[in-house]
Amino acid sequence: MSDPIIVVGAGLSALRTAESLRKNGYAGSIRVFGEEPHRPYNRPPLSKQALSEGIEAEALAFPLRASVADVEWELEAEVVACDLAAATVTTSDGRTHSMSGLVAASGIRPRRLPIPGPQTGRVLLRTIDDALHLREELASGRRLVILGSGFIGCEVAATARALGCEVDVVSLDSEPMIRPLGSDLGAGMRAHHEEHGVRFHLGRTITEFTGDARVTGALLDDGTHLEADLVLEAVGSVANTEWLEGNGLDLSNGVLTDEYLSIVDSPIPAVAVGDIARHPNALFPGEPMRIEHWNMPTEMGKRAGATLASMIAGESPTGKPFDALPSFWSDQYDVNLQSFGVPGSASSYELAEGTYDGDCIVEYHDATGLIGVIGVNRTTELMPYRKALLAREP
Amino acid sequence: MITISVDTNACNNYGQCCFEAEDIFALDDDGTLQFVPQADDSRLDELENAADACPMQAITLNR
Ligand SMILES: Cc1cc2nc3c(=O)[nH]c(=O)nc-3n(C[C@H](O)[C@H](O)[C@H](O)COP(=O)(O)OP(=O)(O)OC[C@H]3O[C@@H](n4cnc5c(N)ncnc54)[C@H](O)[C@@H]3O)c2cc1C
Ligand code: SF4
Repeated sequence: MSDPIIVVGAGLSALRTAESLRKNGYAGSIRVFGEEPHRPYNRPPLSKQALSEGIEAEALAFPLRASVADVEWELEAEVVACDLAAATVTTSDGRTHSMSGLVAASGIRPRRLPIPGPQTGRVLLRTIDDALHLREELASGRRLVILGSGFIGCEVAATARALGCEVDVVSLDSEPMIRPLGSDLGAGMRAHHEEHGVRFHLGRTITEFTGDARVTGALLDDGTHLEADLVLEAVGSVANTEWLEGNGLDLSNGVLTDEYLSIVDSPIPAVAVGDIARHPNALFPGEPMRIEHWNMPTEMGKRAGATLASMIAGESPTGKPFDALPSFWSDQYDVNLQSFGVPGSASSYELAEGTYDGDCIVEYHDATGLIGVIGVNRTTELMPYRKALLAREP
Repeated sequence: MITISVDTNACNNYGQCCFEAEDIFALDDDGTLQFVPQADDSRLDELENAADACPMQAITLNR
């Protein structure tokens, strides 16, 4: 029997790629190694509904289709090394496993800043276990300081306010979520948060945590001292690519793929999918991008499964280069934000409807024209924009 | 026949499912999801794509 396809990481990307391998006729074995003790589950509720209402691993788990019933899930098994020339991976227990092809689906982890002071009381949010811990700590009335004003920081701020916590957000940026939203919509979102009692400390960072065994406060770079029972660090991410080092791959920001999502310079059939993959997109020609949106594993899994199935069969990938439309949503209070395209890459934006601090639609442009749109409580009205973005296709 | 059910408590009316099967899932004028509860077996691929695209994982298919 030939060696299995090995998947590193047991998240949504792993699941969707395995499904697609089956759909594309690969009948050999598939073996997934995942560091967490869980099979693939849905992460977005961890900063929203599940954080406020209760976290049940079973309710968050993705259903497994019959086509992937024979996939082997090796959980709590971290891959520590990979030798592509020898076609093996090594797990933390020292075992080496042979493979015929590789799916890199190990995602990202939250970045940590080296800030002095006590460590206890500093939390991150990426996994079910992180969320269980955070929820326990957010017992009503706690004073929460959030470092970072991206989506995760802002979503947790909204959830924590609903749970009755005091919330301070500290960020070097001049507005929350400024990179994807731009400064005007960022300011509009800040207004929603301030209305709900969140305090922002923008253009600021934390230089030191105070307290003895446990954090009781955070010192900002302007000398302000914020009292805190808990600090959530949500200052961006690091791609989990260390296990791929030593293979001559481009790992400068995630792992670089070609337009079929095949890993560039791999000597064996190998693809990268989801948060870890820096990939070209035919809809938005230019620099390859790494996109941390939930819709990408599903879209990329389809393309990558087809690519890998062809390569394993000794053929070149056929069909269209990867060209899916990135999209994301975010829930904060009664604000439902929805985005299509790549607003974060725009050189200009324009308010198309409404007001920045209320319901609205914002268009994002670059030299090639419309490249993104974001709506606040405007789901139906966004549909024509979505169609226009899909029509960019060459 | 495939029976389609949507957990309306979980559904946040994002409309992501509508892109995959426009004649089965649609948002009405109030932005609330409406759907056809049964579809022919030939639609399985599209329906699975719709269930996969749902951020709330609110769509269940039964055959
Ligand atoms: C709290 C939260 C809220 C979010 N909300 C939204 C949202 O509202 N909208 C949106 O569009 N997106 C959202 N996202 C992003 C979305 O969840 C991600 O884009 C998606 O989970 C990416 O899936 P993935 O499979 O590529 O990576 P992951 O889900 O990170 O899966 C990778 C897995 O690989 C494992 N792994 C890593 N290294 C190794 C190794 N060496 N060996 C073995 N296993 C390894 C990890 O433990 C992890 O389980 C959110 C994410 C989080 C954390
Ligand atoms: S994708 Fe899911 S949450 Fe969105 S409208 Fe459809 S069923 Fe509802």
